[in-house]
Amino acid sequence: MIEAHLPVLQVVVPLILAPACVLCKDVPAWLMALLGSAWSLLCAALLLAAVLHHGPLDYAIGGWPPPWGIAYRIDTVNAFVLLLVSVIATAVVIYARRSVASEIAAGQHSLFYSAYLLCLTGLLGITATGDAFNLFVFLEISSLSSYALIAMGSDRRALTASFQYLIMGTIGATFILIGVGLSYMMTGTLNMADLAARIPTVSDTTTMRAAFAFLTVGISLKIALLPLHLWLPNAYAYAPSVVTALLAATATKVAVYVLLRFLFTVFGASFSFATMNLDIVLVPLSLAAIAAASLVAIFQSNVKRMLAYSSVAQIGYMTLGISLSNVTGLTATIVHLFNHALMKGALFLALGCVMYRIGSVHITQFAGLGREMPWTMAAFVAGGLSLIGVPLTVGFISKWLLILAALENGWWPVAVLIVAASLLAVVYVWRVVEQAYFKPPPGEATRGEAPLSLLLPTWALVAANVYFGLDTSLTADVAGIAARELLGGGP
Amino acid sequence: MSTPLLAGLGILIPLLGALGVALTGRRPDLREAVSLAAATAMAFTVAALFPEVLAGGRPQLQLLELLPGLSLTLIVEPLGLLFAMIASALWILTTVYSIGYMRGNNEAHQTRFYVCFAVALAATCGIAFAGNLLTLFVFYEALTLTTYPLVTHKGDADARAGGRLYLGILLGTSIGILLVAIIATWAVAGSIEFRDGGILAGRADPFVASLLFALYMFGIGKAALMPFHRWLPAAMVAPTPVSALLHAVAVVKAGVFAVLKITIYVFGIDFLDATGASDFIMWVAAFTLLAASVVALRKDNLKARLAYSTVSQLAYVVLGATLATAMGVMGGSLQIAMHAVGKITLFFCAGAIYTAARKTEISTMDGLGRVMPFTFTAFLIASLSIIGLPPLGGAWSKWYLMVGAADAGETLMIGVLMLSSLLNVAYLLPLPARGFFRPPPEAAGESMPPGAETSAIRTARIREAPLACVGPLCITALGCLLMFFYGDAVFTLMAPVIEASTFTARLTP
Repeated sequence: MIEAHLPVLQVVVPLILAPACVLCKDVPAWLMALLGSAWSLLCAALLLAAVLHHGPLDYAIGGWPPPWGIAYRIDTVNAFVLLLVSVIATAVVIYARRSVASEIAAGQHSLFYSAYLLCLTGLLGITATGDAFNLFVFLEISSLSSYALIAMGSDRRALTASFQYLIMGTIGATFILIGVGLSYMMTGTLNMADLAARIPTVSDTTTMRAAFAFLTVGISLKIALLPLHLWLPNAYAYAPSVVTALLAATATKVAVYVLLRFLFTVFGASFSFATMNLDIVLVPLSLAAIAAASLVAIFQSNVKRMLAYSSVAQIGYMTLGISLSNVTGLTATIVHLFNHALMKGALFLALGCVMYRIGSVHITQFAGLGREMPWTMAAFVAGGLSLIGVPLTVGFISKWLLILAALENGWWPVAVLIVAASLLAVVYVWRVVEQAYFKPPPGEATRGEAPLSLLLPTWALVAANVYFGLDTSLTADVAGIAARELLGGGP
Repeated sequence: MSTPLLAGLGILIPLLGALGVALTGRRPDLREAVSLAAATAMAFTVAALFPEVLAGGRPQLQLLELLPGLSLTLIVEPLGLLFAMIASALWILTTVYSIGYMRGNNEAHQTRFYVCFAVALAATCGIAFAGNLLTLFVFYEALTLTTYPLVTHKGDADARAGGRLYLGILLGTSIGILLVAIIATWAVAGSIEFRDGGILAGRADPFVASLLFALYMFGIGKAALMPFHRWLPAAMVAPTPVSALLHAVAVVKAGVFAVLKITIYVFGIDFLDATGASDFIMWVAAFTLLAASVVALRKDNLKARLAYSTVSQLAYVVLGATLATAMGVMGGSLQIAMHAVGKITLFFCAGAIYTAARKTEISTMDGLGRVMPFTFTAFLIASLSIIGLPPLGGAWSKWYLMVGAADAGETLMIGVLMLSSLLNVAYLLPLPARGFFRPPPEAAGESMPPGAETSAIRTARIREAPLACVGPLCITALGCLLMFFYGDAVFTLMAPVIEASTFTARLTP
C-alpha cells in the first residue's frame, strides 16, 4: 500500500529528517541527509515509472478531496523534474561530506545538513504539489533554507550575497503570492486543475491580467531571467561549493518548471501567448540573456562567477524554448532543464574539488592544475564540452532541439544566435583550459588530486553527461511526452 | 568477417594501437613496434574493403542513434575508401620516418606523440567512412582536438601561439559555420544523410543553395579556403612527421574530402550545375589558388613555403568540386591522391634536411644536394609531380581538372590552372636547383662573412639523414611515379560515383 502514498512520502521524509538532523552530531546528520536524498531518489524513480505506465497520479493529502484539501498531482513533467532534483541532491550529498568538512566551520555541520534537507523538501514540494498556495509555501521553505545555506560560505561576502538574494527572492515570492491571491479572488479556488478550468471564464478582466503579470514577474525573479538575474552571480560565487552545485542544478530548474506549470497548465498556452503575447517580452529577454551573459562570463576572473553568468545565459535557452510555444521548443526546454543540471552539476562539483585542494577558484590559481589534478580538470573539460554543445554530450542534444524549434517557427536569426553563443562558451571554457594545461604551476608546492569521495560523484555526473548525450530515450522521449501534455491542456 | 564490421575495425585498430602505445611507453622499441603493427593492420583492413566497394557494394554500419534520424553511421563508398587507403598506407611510411626523425632529434614526450598520432588516424578513418553529416562533424572535431597536442608538441611560446590559431580557426569555423550549415540542411531537406545524387535537389531554391554551399565551403576550415587558411602555416610549428602526414595528408585532405563528399552527396553535381550555386566559391578557390602560390614564392623557410603550397593545392580540389562537372570532381578526387603522395615526400625531405643539416631556410641550402643526393632527387621528383608533369601522378589530376573546366565552359579557369603550374615551378624548383648547381658556401667567393668557415666545415660533414628517414621518402617519391601508371585504378574506383551525372558520355570513350 505504500506505493499509493509515494507522492507525499517523498516530500515528507526529508521534512521529518531535517529537524532530527539538528539534534545529531556531524556524521549522523550527514547520514540522515544521505538517507533523505536517496529516499527521494527512489520515490522519484518509482513515480516516473508509474506515471509513464499508468498516466498521471492524484493524491489527496489527509484524505481530504480537492478542492477542500491539498492535492498532489504527478504527471510526466513533474515526475521528470522530481527525478532530476533527487538525482542531483543525492550526488551532491555524497560529495558533501568531505567538502563541507573543509569549507564550513565545525559545529555548524548538522545545521547545514538540516538546511540542506529543508531545501530539498521545498524543491520537491514545489514540484509535486497541485495547489497554487501550497506551491508558495514550499517556495518559501526552499528559499529561506537556501538563504541560510548561501550565508554559510567561508567568504564574508557570502553574507551580503545571501542578503541580496533574500531581498530579491522575497520580492519574487511576494509577487507570486499576490498573483495567487488575485486568481483566488476571481475564481475562488487554489487548486491548479480548478484554476485551469475556471480562468477561461474570467480571463478577460484586468484582475486576471494583473495576476498573470505578477506571477510571471515573480517566477522570473526566481528563475533569474535577465534583467532580474542580479542576485545570482554573487550567490553562486560565494556560497559553499556543494550549495552552488545544488542550487545551480536544481533551484532555477524548479523555478522554470513553475513557469511552465503556470503558463501552460493554469493559464493555458492560448491565454499566455495569444492573448497576453508573452513571447513579445520573453523572446528579446531570452536572447539578451544568451548573448549578454555569455559575453560577461568571458571577462570574469572568479571561475565560479563565470559559470554563474553562464547559467544566466543557459536560462535564456530555456525561456527561449518556452516562448517558442511549440512542441519541439517545449521539449527542448524540458530536455535542457535536465541536461543543464547535469553539466552545471558536474562543473560546479569539479570546482568544489579545486576549492578543496587550493582554497580558491580564481582563474590564476588554475595554472598547472591539468597536471596536478588530472581527474578533476578532465571532468571540468568534459563538462565544458557539454556546456559548449559538442556532439556526443547532452549539450548537443539540447541545442539541436532548440535550434530545430526555432527553425520550425522560421526564426533563422535566432538559430544563428544560438550557435554564435556556443562560440562564446568555447571562449570562456577555453580560458580555464589554457590556464590549467598550458601555464606552469606557481611555486614549488605540489598539490595533489582531490579525494575519491569528491571525484566519484563528479565523474558520475560527467558520465551522465555523455550517457544521455548518446541515449536520449529517457530525456528527449520523456520530455516530448511532457511537452505534449503541457500543450494538450490541463493536467 | 562481414565487411561492415571491417569499416568499424578501421577506426578501432588505431584506437587499440594508441592504447598499446600508451601501455608500452616505457620501452621505446616495443612502443614503435606497436605503432607499426597498428599502421600495417589498419592499412590491410581498409584495403580488404576494396574488392567489395569496387563491385558496387556499400558496406554500412550504424554505431548508435541519438535522436530519430540523427545517428552515427559508417558507410564505405569509393571516395571515402580512396581517402582511407591513402591515409592508412602513408601512416606506415610516416611511422618509419617518425622513428628516425624523433630519435634523430631527441624529441621529448614521444609516447604522447605516438598516442595522439594513432588517435588522429582513427578520426581520419571516421571522416572517410562517415555516412552522414553528423558523423562527419563528430570525427572532424575529434581530428582537430587530437592533432592539437601534436601541433604544440614543442611546448614553447611559438608552439602555443600557433596552436591557439590552429584551434581557434578550426573550431571557430566548424562550430560557427559548418554546424549552422548542417542544421540548415536538416531544416531544408529533412535529412543529413549522404545519398547518391544529393539530398537538396528539389528542396532548395538557387539562393538558399548558394548560401548553403558557401557556408559549407567556408565552414570546412580544414580545406583552408582564404580567408580561413592561416591555421595551416601556423601548424608548421609541429614536428615534421606531423606536418607530413597530418598537414599534407590527413587533416587537410579531410577538409577537401569533406568538400567533395558534400558536393557529391549533399548537393549532387547535377543540382549544383543547374542552380549555379557554386559559382561564387569557384572564384574564391581560384583566388586562393593563385594568391597562396604568390605568398609561397616569398617564403624562405622551407616548411612555410610548403605550407602555402598546400593551401594552393587544396584550392585545386575545391575548384574541381565547384566546376560542378563529372570531370571536375574526378580531377578533385585524383588531386587528393596525387597531392598526398607528392606533398608528403616534400615534407619528408624538409625533415630529413633538418635532421641531417639543421637547416630550415632555403637560402642556406646551397650545395646540399651534392651531399644528400637521395633526398634532393626525391624532392625534385615530388616537385615535378606537384607541378603536374608526366610521367608523374600529378599530371592526371591537373589533366582532369582542365577537362572539367572545359566541360563547364570556364575557359578562364584553364588559364588560372596554367598560371598556377608556372608559379609551382617558380617556388618548388629553386631548392633542387640550389642544392645541385650552386656551390656549397665555402666556394661562394671572396666576400665570405665571418663565421662562414665553421659553417663550411659543417657542410662538409653533412651526410644523408638516417635510413629510417631517407627510406620512406624514396618510397613515396617512387610512389609519385607509380601513380602515373596506376592512375586508372583510382579512376575505375571513382567512376561509379559520378556515373549518375549528365556527363556520363565522357566516361565511356
